Amino acid sequence: MLASTSRLESPDPLQRRIVSVLQDGLPVTRHPYREIAAQLEISEQQLQKEMQSMLDSGAIRRIGVVPNHYALGYRFNLMVVWDIEDNEVDAIGERIGAMEFVSHCYRRPRFPDWPYNLFVMVHGKTRAEVEDKIERVREQTGAAYRSHTALNSTKILKKTGLRIRSEEK
Amino acid sequence: MSNARALHQQIQQLSDFDCLLINTLQSDFPLDPAPFDELAGRLDYSAEAIMAGVKSLLDRGVITRFGPLFNIEQLGGQFSLCALKVPERRFDAVAELVNSYPQVAHNYQREHEWNMWFVMATESAAELLALFEEILQRTDCPGLNLPKEKEFYVGLNLQA
Repeated sequence: MLASTSRLESPDPLQRRIVSVLQDGLPVTRHPYREIAAQLEISEQQLQKEMQSMLDSGAIRRIGVVPNHYALGYRFNLMVVWDIEDNEVDAIGERIGAMEFVSHCYRRPRFPDWPYNLFVMVHGKTRAEVEDKIERVREQTGAAYRSHTALNSTKILKKTGLRIRSEEK
Repeated sequence: MSNARALHQQIQQLSDFDCLLINTLQSDFPLDPAPFDELAGRLDYSAEAIMAGVKSLLDRGVITRFGPLFNIEQLGGQFSLCALKVPERRFDAVAELVNSYPQVAHNYQREHEWNMWFVMATESAAELLALFEEILQRTDCPGLNLPKEKEFYVGLNLQA
């Protein structure tokens, strides 16, 4: 159920304003934080302090660049979905999430025409490379494994950041 | 949307400097009043050269973003991964319709009978469900609504 995944803790208004101003990223200038602070009409120190606390809480995962996988030669970007025994899936998800080449690992609900409950993203420059990685993930699933399938992405149809509105409506 | 088409499977020629920037800047860009100057000390390039390098990577589409990566779910909102089973002949029209919603952040074509996969972000659970139902109705395609139940890992540095 959706309600079980909800994380609607009353969001901090300043943090939401920071997210809103930074949705398109930082300016590539000598003093990027000073410019953002000016837009928010707060001091640079206040912005730094708030962003540090967001890094500490995990509200900011990291600050840096996001590469386009394809431009770097990672032509195979596969969402590999697994049907894993319910009572084992969390322990196995933790192990797979810890593998150094896995970029995303989530548990999601099953449906009558969708048996897969564990989603794992792997990336590679060749088909052989991703097949080897999938095999290494398979080894982690052991006896709880029932089936899996790999969905290669063939086209990016849209890619924008997740957006929030700065003001509540 | 405008750069989404330009983004697809184009492999780029990267210089050693491009690779150094990509590999260094995927994690821990300094939260410092003069972050490029701080990097200049570490990387043995001038702040100007590093800024020009980052701008060039953005212009060429080698990087899609420079700045903080938010875990936006911690800041309120509802998210879900959705899939549609779209007949091939209607694929482009359905993609256009789905992409027209600002609540749709990412959308990928995948090789599978469930061939369209997109992430929706809304303010509330009710809005998310209503939007999903509306998309099913307007596209007349079977759909899956697969909100995350548990996150084990999100991350990864790709080596350039």
